[in-house]
Amino acid sequence: MLVIRNLHARVDDKPILKGINLEIQAGEVHAIMGPNGSGKSTLSSVLAGRDEYEVTDGEVIYQGQNLLELEPEERAWAGIFLSFQYPVEIPGVKNIYLLKAAVNAVREHRGQPELKAGEFLKLVREKLKIMQMDEAFLHRNVNEGFSGGEKKRNEILQMQLLEPTLALLDETDSGLDVDALKIVGEGINRMRDPSRSVLLVTHYQRLLDIVKPDYVHVLADGEIKLSGDFTLAERLEREGYEGIEAA
Amino acid sequence: MSNQDIDQLVDQDYKYGFVTDIESDTLPPGLNEDVIREISKRKGEPEWLLEWRLEAYHKWLQMTPPDWAHLEYPAIDFQTMSYFSAPKNKDDAPKSLDEVDPALIETYNKLGIPLEEQKMLAGVAVDAVFDSVSVVTTFKEKLHEAGVVFCPLSEAVHSHPELVKEYLGSIVPQNDNYFAALNSAVFSDGSFVYIPKGVTCPMELSTYFRINQQNTGQFERTLIIAEDSSYVSYLEGCTAPQRDENQLHAAVVELVAMDDAEIKYSTVQNWFAGDDEGKGGIYNFVTKRGECRGDRSKISWTQLETGSAITWKYPSCVLKGADSVGEFYSVAVAGKKQQADTGTKMIHIGPRTRSTIISKGISTARGQNAYRGLVKVLPGATDARNFTQCDSLLIGDQCGAHTFPYVEAAEPSANLEHEATTSKVSDDQLFYLRTRGMSEEDALNMVVNGFCKDVFQKLPMEFAVEAEALLGITLEGAVG
Ligand SMILES: Nc1ncnc2c1ncn2[C@@H]1O[C@H](COP(=O)(O)OP(=O)(O)OP(=O)(O)O)[C@@H](O)[C@H]1O
Ligand SMILES: [Mg+2]
Repeated sequence: MLVIRNLHARVDDKPILKGINLEIQAGEVHAIMGPNGSGKSTLSSVLAGRDEYEVTDGEVIYQGQNLLELEPEERAWAGIFLSFQYPVEIPGVKNIYLLKAAVNAVREHRGQPELKAGEFLKLVREKLKIMQMDEAFLHRNVNEGFSGGEKKRNEILQMQLLEPTLALLDETDSGLDVDALKIVGEGINRMRDPSRSVLLVTHYQRLLDIVKPDYVHVLADGEIKLSGDFTLAERLEREGYEGIEAA
Repeated sequence: MSNQDIDQLVDQDYKYGFVTDIESDTLPPGLNEDVIREISKRKGEPEWLLEWRLEAYHKWLQMTPPDWAHLEYPAIDFQTMSYFSAPKNKDDAPKSLDEVDPALIETYNKLGIPLEEQKMLAGVAVDAVFDSVSVVTTFKEKLHEAGVVFCPLSEAVHSHPELVKEYLGSIVPQNDNYFAALNSAVFSDGSFVYIPKGVTCPMELSTYFRINQQNTGQFERTLIIAEDSSYVSYLEGCTAPQRDENQLHAAVVELVAMDDAEIKYSTVQNWFAGDDEGKGGIYNFVTKRGECRGDRSKISWTQLETGSAITWKYPSCVLKGADSVGEFYSVAVAGKKQQADTGTKMIHIGPRTRSTIISKGISTARGQNAYRGLVKVLPGATDARNFTQCDSLLIGDQCGAHTFPYVEAAEPSANLEHEATTSKVSDDQLFYLRTRGMSEEDALNMVVNGFCKDVFQKLPMEFAVEAEALLGITLEGAVG
């Protein structure tokens, strides 16, 4: 599904990713943990195609193609989805308008027919129910005035609608209350499928308890320092990054 | 996104750049009394109108062009322009579309105005001004039944001389400003609308203007009269062919609303903006004013300004009647080297008069966008209220936005509010939308349309869609 080899990236001449190696097979869920500022969001942004970051070395192969030469929208069409750590507000643009445009843009490039207003509404209502979100969110401007937790739920709502092949979830659990965490966690689980992979950035074990990743990686100072299974997260929770690094 | 990309995003060739080949009889360049006499003669005008034109001409000679706007352009040589041009077959005006010169129909089709369809579509009557003389008018009968008069001003001069005589220049006086004076002297044609008492105009009235003669300044003049308790919605839309020399356009629009009458005037303006250096674009100096003469009357101006090299335009409302309402909703785009100095004036005279101003300025590439607004409350306009909101959106960092809000309140009970914001289309927004599968262009469009939403909502439904599309075309090519 995804192979990252020796990935180096920098912003304004400042190296941030310093040789990332990671392989994700279809159907796997990988969690990435690591101290603040270690490069987790940078990694997900680079994978989603943000051009602010300059890739200086290494390669990323996604489903057999060179991912780095694709535009962000081409990556979306190819099934990559990024849930933002800080979802962006778009004043004056109704959420439902964006959702419909996004779904149809992706469908078009997958050779599926465009969803008509009625069909789309039916679909989005189904997903809202899963996310336990009020229909009023459809008619509010994208992320404008949404609470932190509401923004994150809205991201997962988009993921449900876009049905990505590779979901990059950057701290989707941050800012969620206990109930919302469960809803989001279960929302992610529903998407699990032998053909679908997830790369999940988080600081807390709580979400991992629900989602149960196949692998856990520790990213520190732009490199993956340690990889393991689910128990690594538990160890981190107990010992912190310092304890691990010292070991 | 780099600046270069952003520049590209705003660069694009003018889609409607073409010149239709229709024989026209055009007066040689130059302006003097004889030319004015000739214009009046060719249009078969009555003596009083010729006198009126000459009076305006002499006032104009005494005036100087305004220099206070945030605009830079070379002095205009009025002697190099021609002041009259008309399609040749003017006399045998067509009774139906079949009789219309096919080249004209072709032009409309290129502009995306299939007249055939429009007959059925949404009850829109089109009085198309091709160059200076109106040649196609549809839906006349239906309007006639309702008692609505909708015809070229040149025709109204003969069919309704008393109305034209009474109102022409009564809202925008001949010597109101330099360009209004010029227009009064040489005005070519435009629309005349009369809505009788108690009548709600059964359809949107729409006029497509088009400048088509090389070097022909175009001076439309429109007059709309809404009698007591009447309603009319009017849309004006413009595009123009590509050309080399700057073209002057100085229109005058006069509206008057009596007791409980409402006039909604919407404009979609898409004249050639010039090339990247601003060469060849239209100079657009417009005087638009509406007078809420009657109590509880209402006039609203809604405009989308995407074209012209230079725009100088301040649709205004004179709120005379008690409880009358003035509104101004505007989206102005300045890209390439375009300069826009636009805004509104709300003059509160009657008690409890209210006005709302919502102005959205979008600047891209090297465009300069200025909002200039005046809210004036005269003594006696007790409890007058105004709300002004002025938002600027910058795309790239070579463009500029300027706001000049003036307030003159002579009435202590007036309640005036002003809000202003300036924002940039952020890389974050564009990236966010692109990760959702939108192309860079679509992403930009979405952000910009969101910014303009408050204004587009005020456009008649069928034109709101057109406005969004036009904005899309204007910003197209921005992403490489
Ligand atoms: N556009 C930028 N300009 C300058 N520095 C940047 C930029 N983007 C990221 N950085 C820097 O790169 C480093 C990694 O940032 P990143 O957002 O990837 O960290 P993170 O691991 O996601 O942290 P957190 O856990 O706090 O979300 C930080 O030091 C950050 O300040
Ligand atoms: Mg982060």
